[in-house]
Amino acid sequence: MRYVISLSLLLVVLWLAISGVYKPVLFVLGGASVILVVWLSVRMDVVGVEHNPVLFSWRLVAYWWWLFGQLVKSNLHVTRLVFQTSKVQPRLLTVPVPHEAAVAKVTYGNSVTLTPGTVTLKLTDDMLEVHALDEASARDLEGGDMARKISWLERREDNA
Amino acid sequence: MALFVDLLSWALLLSGGAFGIIGAIGMLRFPDFYTRLHASGITDTLCAVLIIFGLMLQSGPSLLTVKLLLILLFLLFTTPTATHALARAAVLDNVDPVLADNGKPGAEGRSSTGEPSSKS
Amino acid sequence: MSAVLIATTMAVFVTMALALIRALRGPTLYDRIVSVNVFGTKTVLAVALITFVTGHADLIDVALVYALINFIAIVTVLKLVKSRDLACEGNEDQG
Repeated sequence: MRYVISLSLLLVVLWLAISGVYKPVLFVLGGASVILVVWLSVRMDVVGVEHNPVLFSWRLVAYWWWLFGQLVKSNLHVTRLVFQTSKVQPRLLTVPVPHEAAVAKVTYGNSVTLTPGTVTLKLTDDMLEVHALDEASARDLEGGDMARKISWLERREDNA
Repeated sequence: MALFVDLLSWALLLSGGAFGIIGAIGMLRFPDFYTRLHASGITDTLCAVLIIFGLMLQSGPSLLTVKLLLILLFLLFTTPTATHALARAAVLDNVDPVLADNGKPGAEGRSSTGEPSSKS
Repeated sequence: MSAVLIATTMAVFVTMALALIRALRGPTLYDRIVSVNVFGTKTVLAVALITFVTGHADLIDVALVYALINFIAIVTVLKLVKSRDLACEGNEDQG
């Protein structure tokens, strides 16, 4: 029930932000669409399944900020490679996934894909198969900085 | 102050456009499908982030800024998913990546997946 | 001011054109899908830029909706290519 209420509130805020036209008729339509979406989600049994306290932690903002720095760094690296294609040395590697929660695993996989230079090929319970553009990108990932950051993000759950 | 914000947003917009073109050039120059995914990653991440931040500085605090932020969030959440889905589909379809140590597609096969290939 | 916006829009158009060249050249089907994906995300940026060039704030909603539709379209095309059947049950390898 808690998740149903939080989902409805989130949808109401989203609707208010997107609509921008505040007339009674539209409020009724917006309310109806929120109820429809919540009903569909309950029917699909997805309410609360992927919900995680991680999502509402200040640590998420800190992580995004760190990820943004990584993004800029790896973008500049790949940009250099675009003009020196001879230096492209693709390789496959697997890195361990130390996280418990499904959300943390998916965050790891998506973050790896999001930073240019590494693309997740396969995500299993404890392993991540990655295609890396060159040695430097591969070594960055093998260093495990990102995995540690996500562990730090995940730790919030224990005392939530 | 307004001039400063304008200058910053111009710099963001123009560098965003430049990164877009660089990423597209990379898509034309890189040797195989998997490396091209990395090039498309440039245009999807830094290019989009810079352009949308630049536009947000132009619009100031308004509903438009909120919508731009939503677009950025949607893009940043969906593009890695789409990229991963593409890479996964290609792997399952036996599109072999070109690897560094022999430079030929398929010569390594998928058996080398487990260990990082030793470089000569 | 608007000169910068137009220059950026042109840069995005150039990106889209280059992505189309890659889509025409192939060689594999997946290269083409990547190009179409890039083309779609750049369309979102182009529409957002045009919103500011023309000053019609309503256009931003088009960009918002396009961002969502583009993602669903790419995943749908992938599923169609892989299984030739949009209504099939997903398996774990569906990606």
